[in-house]
Amino acid sequence: MMKNAVEVADLVVRRGGREVLRSIGFTIERGSVTGLLGPSGCGKSTLMRSLVGVQQLTSGTVKAFGEEAGAKALRSRIGYVTQAASVYDDLTVTENLNFFAKVLGVNKGEVAEAIDAVDLRSHADVVVGQLSGGQRSRASLAVALLGDPDLLVLDEPTVGLDPVLRRDLWELFHRIAARGAAVFVSSHVMDEADRCDRLMLMRDGVIIADDTPLRICEKTRTDDIESAFLALVEGAGDQS
Amino acid sequence: MNPRITFAVATRVLTQVRRDHRTAAMLLVLPCLLMTLLWWMFEESGAVFDRLGPGLLAMFPFIIMFLVTSVTTLRERSSGTLERLLAMPMGKLDFLVGYAIAFGVVAAVQSALAVALSVGLLDLDVQGPVWLLTVVAIADAVLGSALGLFVSAFATTEFQAVQFMPAFVVPQILLCGLFVPRDQMPTVLEKISDVLPLSYATDAMQTLTRTAATGDVWQDVLVVAAFAIAALGLGAATLRRRTP
Repeated sequence: MMKNAVEVADLVVRRGGREVLRSIGFTIERGSVTGLLGPSGCGKSTLMRSLVGVQQLTSGTVKAFGEEAGAKALRSRIGYVTQAASVYDDLTVTENLNFFAKVLGVNKGEVAEAIDAVDLRSHADVVVGQLSGGQRSRASLAVALLGDPDLLVLDEPTVGLDPVLRRDLWELFHRIAARGAAVFVSSHVMDEADRCDRLMLMRDGVIIADDTPLRICEKTRTDDIESAFLALVEGAGDQS
Repeated sequence: MNPRITFAVATRVLTQVRRDHRTAAMLLVLPCLLMTLLWWMFEESGAVFDRLGPGLLAMFPFIIMFLVTSVTTLRERSSGTLERLLAMPMGKLDFLVGYAIAFGVVAAVQSALAVALSVGLLDLDVQGPVWLLTVVAIADAVLGSALGLFVSAFATTEFQAVQFMPAFVVPQILLCGLFVPRDQMPTVLEKISDVLPLSYATDAMQTLTRTAATGDVWQDVLVVAAFAIAALGLGAATLRRRTP
């Protein structure tokens, strides 16, 4: 089995005359939870869209499991959660999942499993439009879990969630990774950093650090990722 | 294309319509109310109702499906569900044809009611087979859906989507032969009306009321269907998996 789930090389994305991603390259291995941290507007979502194959690239390559991102063969292997909850407001949680399960050709039995995984069983028959923001994004996350994808690309899935639930979801991400999938999660909240096996810090379309959370702190001689981020940014400023 | 996915889209859209009681009620009741209004206006002269009624039966499904589809597709585009679907094993045609089927079904029910009311209670005089009126209406509805899907690609807000209605639909209503028979219009306008699909739908409806021969009607239906397929093709071209 190929070890690398994702291979990105020299990726540049220009949008509206601005370089959103500036020559990014990295690989993601199976079996790990990789966090992408950075302030909002730094290019996280664009990078995630590139991995899924819905972003027009200016140059560079993005491959998943050896195929070009967005290739037909990949579409049932990648679970993707966009930043806005991409579910239908006028359907119930179960109806939403049943629909996406049919599109993916996934057994209906998995629907209940996915709903349980995001702890929405008590709201399974509620119309999504009546749920809270956090519940809606969990419904959206449940869709991405359908069909046991080999790569999960999650754009800020834990925003606005209760700390207990956030912890549970991170445990879920690790269980999914332990099964052999690659999990790629973005967040703009620095305190989620410690939950990742590996961390990529991003700013202004550039990845400024890529290592385990512990080693990033060691290298920058800081105690937490927030300070490490500051140290990295200010250090870069000194050099230029 | 995959029938399982196409069918999934169609049933999902129908569930959404059913869930929204107000929309569902308006889809079914409004055409009946408007037909009744028209009948009432010409209570004294049944001949006018017989002339205008069929055209209106062609127009309702077209206008309503155009509006409903352009707004719902725009919503899919802006809510991220379309992006998610296109990142899944969903063909563009699965999406479009799924929508066309769903709104075709709605149109079938809608026009069956309107036709039954017009012919049964309001004494609309129809020489041809009555069920064929419904077939024309369905073809019309699919055409409206297809055009709605297409224009939704050019709208970034729901306000804009609604504005396409006067741009795309009203000229067709004016030129379809309902107000002035098409052969009595200035030559340029007559030529223009020759390439507008609603003209053929109206022709089909009016032929049905005049004669029992159905050859011309089927020909018109085919033209409308061809327009619908072309619009679906254009709609598919506007669905991009990769967006900037």
